[in-house]
Amino acid sequence: MNTEAATIDSAYVREAPHPDTAAIQALGFWIYLMSDLVLFAAIFATYAVLRGNYAGGPSGRELFDLPYTVVETMLLLFSSSSCGLGMLAAYRGRKNPVLIWFGVTFLLGLGFIFMEINEFHTMIVAGNGPARSGFLSAFFTLVGSHGAHVCAGLLWMAVMIGQMTAKGLTPPVRSRLMRLSMFWHFLDIVWVGVFTIVYLMGSI
Amino acid sequence: MFGRLSLSAIPYDKPIIMGAAGGSVLLGLVILALITYYGKWTYLWKEWLTSLDHKKIGIMYIVLALVMLLRGFSDAVMMRSQQAIAAGASLGYLPPGHFNQIFSAHGTIMIVFMAMPFLVGLMNIAIPQQIGARDVAFPFMNSVSFWLTAAGAMLVMVSLGVGEFSKAGWSGYAPLTEKNYSPGTGVDYWLWAFQIAGIGSLLSGINFLVTILKMRAPGMTLMRMPLFTWTTLFTNVLMIWAFPVLTVALALTTLDRYLGMHFFSNTLGGNLMMYVNLFWIWGHPEVYIVILPAFGVFSEVVATFSGKRLFGYRSLVYATGAITVLSFAVWLHHFFTMGAGPDVNIAFGIATMMIAIPTGVKIFNWLFTMYRGRIRFKLPMYWTLGFMVTFAVGGMTGVLLSLPPADFVLHNSLFLVAHFHNVLIPGALFGFLAGYTYWFPKAVGFRLEETWGRRAFWCWVIGFYLAFMPLYLLGFMGMPRRMEHYVNSAWQPYLIIAAGGTAVILAGIVFLMIQLAVSIRRREANRDMTGDPWDGRTLEWATASPPAEYNFANIPVVHDIDAFADLKETGMAYRPPDRYHDIRMPKSTGKGFILGVLAFTLGFALIWYIWWLALLSGLGLLIILIARSFQEDLHVTISAAEVERIENEHYRQLKSAAETERPHEPGKHRKGKK
Amino acid sequence: MERILPIDDSGAGQGSLRSYLTGFILSVLLSLIAFGTVMTGRVSAPAASAIVIFAAVVQVLVHLRFFLHLNASSAWRWNVLALIFTGVIMFLFVGGTLWIMFHLNQRLM
Repeated sequence: MNTEAATIDSAYVREAPHPDTAAIQALGFWIYLMSDLVLFAAIFATYAVLRGNYAGGPSGRELFDLPYTVVETMLLLFSSSSCGLGMLAAYRGRKNPVLIWFGVTFLLGLGFIFMEINEFHTMIVAGNGPARSGFLSAFFTLVGSHGAHVCAGLLWMAVMIGQMTAKGLTPPVRSRLMRLSMFWHFLDIVWVGVFTIVYLMGSI
Repeated sequence: MFGRLSLSAIPYDKPIIMGAAGGSVLLGLVILALITYYGKWTYLWKEWLTSLDHKKIGIMYIVLALVMLLRGFSDAVMMRSQQAIAAGASLGYLPPGHFNQIFSAHGTIMIVFMAMPFLVGLMNIAIPQQIGARDVAFPFMNSVSFWLTAAGAMLVMVSLGVGEFSKAGWSGYAPLTEKNYSPGTGVDYWLWAFQIAGIGSLLSGINFLVTILKMRAPGMTLMRMPLFTWTTLFTNVLMIWAFPVLTVALALTTLDRYLGMHFFSNTLGGNLMMYVNLFWIWGHPEVYIVILPAFGVFSEVVATFSGKRLFGYRSLVYATGAITVLSFAVWLHHFFTMGAGPDVNIAFGIATMMIAIPTGVKIFNWLFTMYRGRIRFKLPMYWTLGFMVTFAVGGMTGVLLSLPPADFVLHNSLFLVAHFHNVLIPGALFGFLAGYTYWFPKAVGFRLEETWGRRAFWCWVIGFYLAFMPLYLLGFMGMPRRMEHYVNSAWQPYLIIAAGGTAVILAGIVFLMIQLAVSIRRREANRDMTGDPWDGRTLEWATASPPAEYNFANIPVVHDIDAFADLKETGMAYRPPDRYHDIRMPKSTGKGFILGVLAFTLGFALIWYIWWLALLSGLGLLIILIARSFQEDLHVTISAAEVERIENEHYRQLKSAAETERPHEPGKHRKGKK
Repeated sequence: MERILPIDDSGAGQGSLRSYLTGFILSVLLSLIAFGTVMTGRVSAPAASAIVIFAAVVQVLVHLRFFLHLNASSAWRWNVLALIFTGVIMFLFVGGTLWIMFHLNQRLM
C-alpha cells in the first residue's frame, strides 16, 4: 500500500455538497404525514366498523347539526387559504404579511376548535359522551383526533409567530413554515374525509 | 399525590419476583458504583448519552438489545423449567398469574426491546457508511428515537418490582385487556412501554428512509446500493406504514381503559375482533421488519465471505420489494380460526403462501453466490449457514400453517410457537448476531474472538433444535401454548427435552458474553488496523475502524455495485485526496436523553394515575422540543487541518498494517485464501 | 417583479395567488354541493352517497393540486410515490378490514 504516491483520482471523490437541508426536512415531514394518513385511516376503519353500534343510544342522524358543520368546514377552508397567502408572503421574504396571515389562520383555527369543543360539550352533558356506546367512542375519537391534530397545529403556529417575531424569516424559520403549512393543508384534507364519512354519510 | 401507587405495589409476598427485582436493582447499583469509582460520568455524558453520532447511537441500541436479550431469555428459562415439571399432580413453582406475566413479558421484550433495537442499531452503524454519507438525515431525531426505546424498556424493567406486568400476552387481545378483566397496572405498563417504543421506531423509520433516498454518495443510484441498504429501505417502509396502525390499536385500548370507551369492550357496542384485526395489520409487517434486516446481513456476509459479487442482485431487490408489499396483505392468517369464513380465509391463505416465494428466491440467490466462490469460514458465515438450514424448516412450517384447514388444528398450539421461533431465532436473531460479529470491528476497532464465538454458535444451533423440535411434535399431539400446568403426562418427556435445549442455549449465551469479555481483553491482538478486516466489498469498509466522527473526509463517488470492491480493483482504495475541507457535524445535546427520561416519567405517571406528574412530564416534553427549535448553534465545525491530522493518522496505521504480517487478516493479496 | 426566495432547492411548486383562489372556490363549491345534497333530503340515499363521496374525492384532489401544489414533476417524485403507496396500503387494510369485519358480523351475529 503505497501511500506516498498518487492521490485519489477526482473521478472517485468529491467535496461534500452543501446538503439541501430544507428539502430533506420537507421530504421527512411528508413521509411523517403519510404515516399520519395511515393513522387516520385506521381510526376511520374503526369508525366504519362501529358506526352502527348505538347500544340503545343515539345515532348520528339524531345528534348531528349539519349547518353547524358547514360553518366549521368554512372556517377550516378559509384558514387553509389564509395559510397559503401567508406562504406566498414568506416566499417573498415579507415578514409582516406572513405574521398577519398566520395570525388570521390561527384565529380561524381557534374558532374551529371552539365550535368543536362546544359540540362535544353539548353531547357529553346530554349523556351522549364517548363512553355511551361503541359508535360514540368511535365518533369522539375520530373527530377528536382530528381536533387534537388541529390543536397541535395551533400550538406550532403560535410558536412560529413567536419565532418569526424574534428571529425574522431566516432559512430555518421559512423551512418550518413550509412544513407547518403542509400540516395545515393535510388536516383540511382529513376534515374533508371526516365531514363526508361521519357527518354526511351519517345523516343520509 | 401518588395516584394509585403505594408501597403495596411492591410484591413482597412473591419471592421469585423479589429475587429477580432485587437482583436487577443490585446489578444496576453495582454498575453505577463502578462508573463512579472509575470517574467515568463526564465521559459517559459527553461521549455517549448526549451523542448524536449515529455510530454511537447504534452501539447503544445494541447494548440495550443484548441486555434485554438476557432479560427475555430468563423468562424463557422460567417457562421451560416450569413446563418440564408441572405435569399432572405437580404444579411447578410458578402460579398461573406469574406464568402469564412471564410469557407476556417474554414476547414483548424479545420483539419490541430486543429485536427492534438490535436491527435499528445495526442500521445505525452501517447505513450512513454504506451509502457514503456522514450522518443520518435527522441526527437529533435519531437520538430521540433511541431514548424513547430505552424509556419503554425501563418501564418494562420497573414493572418487575413496582406493580405487575400484563398477563394478556404480548399481543394483548381484548376483552382481557379491558379494565374490568385486568384492573391492575399490568396492561397499562404494556400499553405505555409499547406505545412509547413504537413512536421511537416510527421516527427511526422516517429517518433512515429519508437518509437512503436523499443522502447517498454521488453515483450511487438505487441499483448500486448494497443489499443491506436495500433491505433497510424496505424495512423502513414497513415501519412507517405499519406502526401507525399499532398506535391506533394501543390507543383505542388505552381509551377503553382510561376513559371507559367501548371500542373493544364486550358490552355497549364494542367489537372485540376489531382489536385483533388492527393489531395484526401491524403485527404481520412487524415480523417482516424483524427479518428483512437479517436477510440484508446475510446478503452482505455471503458475498463478502465467498469473495464474489452477490448473485442475482436485481432479483434480490425485487424479491424484497414483493415481500414488503405482500406483507400488508396477509395479516388475517394470524386469526384464521376466529370466524371470518372460508372465502376470507382462502384469500389470505393464498396470499400467505405467495409470500414464501420471494423468500425462496433469496435463499437460492445466496446459494448461487456461494457456488464457485472462495468461501472463508469466519464466524458471520457460521451464523449464515446455520440460518439457511434451520430457517428453511421454519419457513416450510409457515407454509403449512398458511392452509386454513391445517391451521384450524394447529392454531395456538405449540406447533405455532415452534414455527415462529423457528423463523425468529435462526432467521432474525442469527442474522443480528452475524451482523454483530461482522460490523463489530468497524464499530469498536477490534474483532470478536472466533473460538468462543464458534462455541456459542454450536450451542445456539444444537440448543435451538433441542428446544423447539419437540414443540412441533407437541403441537401435533394437541398441546396448546401458554400452559403453566397440564394433565397429559405424555407431553412431559418432550418438554423435558425442550428444557434441556434451553439449557444448551443458555450456554450459548454465556459463551457470547465470554466472547465479548475475552475479545475486549485481547483487543490489541485483534485490532483492525486497516478498517477492512474481512476484505469487504461495500463502502463502510473504506473508513477507519472505528471511523472518524465524519466517516468520510471526502465523499466517495460511486461507479458500480460493491463500490469498495470497485475502488480496490481500480487501485483507488486508500489513496489520500488532494485536499481536505472543513466538515460540519451536529453538536451533541442532552435533550434527547432528557426527552427519554420525561417519556419514562410520563408513562409511569399515566400507569399509576399520578396526574400532576403526567401533566408536568408532558409539558416538559413540549418545552424541550420548542426550546430545541429556537436553538441556532446546532453544529460544530471540524477544521480542514484537524481532518487532515485524523486522516494522516489513519494512513500511518494503514502503512504499518501493510508492513506487519497478520495471518488472520485477509488483505488484497490474500483474497479468497483462508 | 418581486424576487421569490425558494425555501429549498428541490424546484417543488410554490403556488400563486391564482392557485389558492381557484382551490378555495372549488373547495367551497364542492363542500356546498355535498352538504346541500344531504341537507335537502330530496335525493335518494344511494345517489346521495355517491355524490357526497365523489365530491369528497374531487375536493381532496383539489387540495393536493391547488394548496399543496402537488404535480408530476421530478421534484415531487418521492412524495407522489409515497402518496400512491399510502393509497395502496390504505385500500388493502381498510378494504380488508371492512371485508373481514362484515363477514365476521354475518357469521357470528
